[in-house]
Amino acid sequence: MVGHGMTGMLGEDGIHVDMNHLKKGEVNMAINFKDGVILGADSRTTTGAYIANRVTDKLTQVHDTIWCCRSGSAADTQAVADIVSYHLNMYSITNNEAPSTQVAAALFQELCYENKDMLSAGIIIAGYDPRHGGQVYSIPLGGSLHKQSYSIGGSGSTYIYGYCDANWKENMTEEEGVQFVRSALQEAIKWDGSSGGVIRMVVLTAKGAQRHLYLPDTGYTGPGVTN
Amino acid sequence: MTGFDFSNYNRNAALHAKGVPLPKATSTGTTIVGCIYDNGVVIAADTRATSGPIVADKNCEKLHYIAPKIWCAGAGTAADTEFTTALISSNVELHSLSTGRPPRVITCMTMLKQHLFRYQGHIGAYLVVAGVDPTGIGLFTVHAHGSTDKLPYVTMGSGSLAAMSVFESMWKPQLDRDGAVALCAEAIKAGIFNDLGSGSNVDVCVIEKDQPTQLLRNYIKPNERGQKERNYRFPRGTTAYLNQKVISKEDMRKYVTVEEASGDPNLMEVDI
Repeated sequence: MVGHGMTGMLGEDGIHVDMNHLKKGEVNMAINFKDGVILGADSRTTTGAYIANRVTDKLTQVHDTIWCCRSGSAADTQAVADIVSYHLNMYSITNNEAPSTQVAAALFQELCYENKDMLSAGIIIAGYDPRHGGQVYSIPLGGSLHKQSYSIGGSGSTYIYGYCDANWKENMTEEEGVQFVRSALQEAIKWDGSSGGVIRMVVLTAKGAQRHLYLPDTGYTGPGVTN
Repeated sequence: MTGFDFSNYNRNAALHAKGVPLPKATSTGTTIVGCIYDNGVVIAADTRATSGPIVADKNCEKLHYIAPKIWCAGAGTAADTEFTTALISSNVELHSLSTGRPPRVITCMTMLKQHLFRYQGHIGAYLVVAGVDPTGIGLFTVHAHGSTDKLPYVTMGSGSLAAMSVFESMWKPQLDRDGAVALCAEAIKAGIFNDLGSGSNVDVCVIEKDQPTQLLRNYIKPNERGQKERNYRFPRGTTAYLNQKVISKEDMRKYVTVEEASGDPNLMEVDI
């Protein structure tokens, strides 16, 4: 078969399984700020050199105010997020109480560590709960769990380690936080070829989840809040 | 227990190790597209099936039934798209009977992605799932590894680049039924003419709210075989010859056994 992303091709040398599945060569991050957490990500999904989706939503809700940034294989991270979403749903029903961000992060770690040989998933979990406030956890490839004040991930993140370290401040306001995430992601998109499209953000506070959108047409200045 | 049996794969691998060539799978080197509009969703496909460089079927069906108002377009390995859609169609109907509700597109999409993820991409089914349910209009792509995307317009298969170029230049947010059908047909035509793996005709399926689903089989036939301008049948005696020798049946009996085939049904049939 001519083309991309095809699996189970029969070449001259026998069955050839194309491992060129959907990757999210990308950049995403989550930060703590004064009143909660902010998640941000680009929107590019690629299959080899082709952009399979230019407006992907990589910020995935697993509970009311617990979200995650997915990076790595699209299939793997969606499957993991769906399983965690199911467990947190069951948790909140049986305990009649919303799960903490730590519980969600521990669930993600269990799946990512126990199946580390089969998965290529780098996940950042960020959530707000009334007891602990905003929290950011990251789970890189091996399945370890790290609680951080802010976290960056994906292929594009390597370009912004210096930028983030130089510009990071504890206890920023919401406005400062959004500006920090937006400018960091904009920089990553500029330098990383496999990151791009729009910038999506989610702000998690005591008031709940609020979505932001920033388009490349206007140099990622707006429209801003979308709900 | 539903699922697939991979014992043939192991057999083939063992035979291949001994130098036997593996069988060729029929793949639908394909262009498939989908597009939502104000009152429903349209999916479309070309009709070429290939096996390596050979066109295996000039007018195959790549639009698969899942439920009356949920249809699926398939690219990738032909057998895999047919069997996975048939399996999920069956499970969706049982689920609908058990809940007493019409099936939802998201349910179907979830069942497909979980099934495909379990087989880690070995089931080569690349699908566009579309439909209308009580929650609204749905349009998704499902890749063989189990990832899904939700978009207002989608393309898949080897002709997806040609088809996407049509959508990216002609799509607009407010489309009516005829506009969506025309746009999808145009995208498939781009695949048929510009992609070697796609060809022949355009199939379209229109799924609309409060309206029975319409399968427009061979909606456009841009590759009809025309009448031959000339033929190369030469009249008897055109070829000159220097001499001739006739060998009678009796002469042949010296070398081979000749048996009459007429009338006796027990004798092997002979193709002429």
